[in-house]
Amino acid sequence: MNKKFVLGIYDDEDVLLAAIENIRAAGTKIYDVFSPYPVHGIDDVLGIKRSRLPIVAFFGGLAGMSFALWMQIWMMGFDWPMIIGGKPHIALPSFIPVTFELTVLFSAFSMVIVFFIVSNMKPSLKVNVFDKRSTDDKFVMAIEVKEGATDMEALNNLLRSNGAIEVNEKEVVK
Amino acid sequence: MQHVSPIREPLVTGGKTYHDITQDVCRQVEAKPNVRWAAALAVALVGLAIFIYSVYRTLWYGIGEWGLNKTVGWAWDITNFVWWVGIGHAGTLISAILLLFRQKWRTSINRAAEAMTIFAVICAAMFPVLHMGRPWLAYWVLPLPNTFGSLWVNFNSPLLWDVFAISTYFSVSLVFWYIGLIPDFATIRDRATGPIARRAYAALSMGWTGSAKAWSRYETVSLILAGLATPLVLSVHTIVSMDFATSVIPGWHTTIFPPYFVAGAIFSGFAMVLTLMIITRKVFFLEDYITLEHVESMNKVIILTGSIVGIAYTTEFFIAWYSGVEYEQYAFINRAFGPYWWAYWSMMTCNVITPQLFWFRKIRRSLTATFIISIFVNIGMWFERFVIIVTSLHRDYLPSSWAMFSPTIIDIGVYVGTIGLFFTLFLLFAKFFPVVNMAEVKAILKSSSEVTHSHGRGATMHATDKDSNSNTHHNE
Repeated sequence: MNKKFVLGIYDDEDVLLAAIENIRAAGTKIYDVFSPYPVHGIDDVLGIKRSRLPIVAFFGGLAGMSFALWMQIWMMGFDWPMIIGGKPHIALPSFIPVTFELTVLFSAFSMVIVFFIVSNMKPSLKVNVFDKRSTDDKFVMAIEVKEGATDMEALNNLLRSNGAIEVNEKEVVK
Repeated sequence: MQHVSPIREPLVTGGKTYHDITQDVCRQVEAKPNVRWAAALAVALVGLAIFIYSVYRTLWYGIGEWGLNKTVGWAWDITNFVWWVGIGHAGTLISAILLLFRQKWRTSINRAAEAMTIFAVICAAMFPVLHMGRPWLAYWVLPLPNTFGSLWVNFNSPLLWDVFAISTYFSVSLVFWYIGLIPDFATIRDRATGPIARRAYAALSMGWTGSAKAWSRYETVSLILAGLATPLVLSVHTIVSMDFATSVIPGWHTTIFPPYFVAGAIFSGFAMVLTLMIITRKVFFLEDYITLEHVESMNKVIILTGSIVGIAYTTEFFIAWYSGVEYEQYAFINRAFGPYWWAYWSMMTCNVITPQLFWFRKIRRSLTATFIISIFVNIGMWFERFVIIVTSLHRDYLPSSWAMFSPTIIDIGVYVGTIGLFFTLFLLFAKFFPVVNMAEVKAILKSSSEVTHSHGRGATMHATDKDSNSNTHHNE
């Protein structure tokens, strides 16, 4: 099914932020906003919730720490105990470095892998960018058009009166 | 919007717009290689050839090709290892610690500095692996099951901690670097005209569109990775220093080593960043992004860490005397006045004396002086590692085992070769990857460019009247 979008093109982040607020206040649903860099404050005006990725990082780190401690205690203390430098078999202070490194490793990798999965990011040759200028110097606001339900004229005016420098239409083949 | 004090110098000069940033950074990625780049690559490839030949000799004939002997079992190999790892630290410091401290000047140098980290760690890793003598068995350092016929690895050994520290550091730095590159790859992808370039950058950009939700997650991931990388980078050189500090060799067995090594690492790393950036900005015409303000900020870090290193040298000497241990005292007297006195005084001159010139603003802001001093620091830090390792080992408790170390041509070849390897990787990076983080520089453009200074807040980036900038101060 094809989807139709109206794209409002902006060239300034402050104008964009004000426009998002006004357009949402006018009851129009914004499909997404694309920008060349992270615009600060856009999360609040678009109503994007805080990412829960730090939680993933925390539990990843916890898993790494537990794994590292278990591995060292089991290998050095139970599987093949050896006396090294007169230290006890389970010499916790000297297990700290490896435990720390694996905590960081697991935490970072679990978070990044989950980030790729939830953002649906994978190496692919097909890229759906609404307007290629959005990775260069323009901010693109996409609003989905419902056939028959959307008043195109009013939408156009709404976008332009809020500072859009261009208003385009785009059909996306699903 | 955040407030930026008007007395701060702009971080982006030349009245740039967002589109200018894209153009300026993508220029050398899209253009045909220029002559200067090709010439530099040719020199680097010669270095790489030396590396391959020296490694071949080392592998074919064994490490007897090196100048090591029974007394000095660690020399250039471990010196080079520690030197390279240290250099890598500046990249993480710039991208992670300065991100946590919200230092905006990091944005235009963090990409290249992180690349430097990764390549430096690759060079560093060559040395312990080659030093094993049988590098094809390098996987034995991993905790693998007993079916391989050996016991588990020894988790009490700092050398094993190193394995975990360096590999974690390398992989986390690589991921951090790559995440930062994704939006810029997308920019290049959307501009690419050739079929190969478009496909390659499309695959690399992982389908990035720059949607608000993706940016929100991206920023969270960057922040958490920075938070993880900060203690990580401190842990890496701490653990490297423990390779020495946990032994009982005079001159090594000291508790000052971890902070002293970390400061030295940042010191040498910043010097290398400066060396590279001064060349890069010139070759790729990035003077408006890597300004004298950036150079000066880095020089301030150099003077801080250089002074810490100086204090560490003095403290070491004092404590050796104060400890009353004659072996420790001898080790230090021998360092400064023994047969390797020239290495010690080269270290002192390059690391403690020359960076003090940066107290003068004129010198901090002079590219020539900065470039020369950064080379001095690189040399001085190499000597620091050499002094610590060789002068401590060559005369220990038993005078009957005292010996001298001198490098063979293969020792020199492997070292010079890693410099070739490093520059080969760096030049390839500089050609095919965006050397400046475009997205991050665009994000600071509004608050910290000359445009803001002349028009005030809220001026649009696109209708910049370049003439109106003439009354703002220029750096060059």
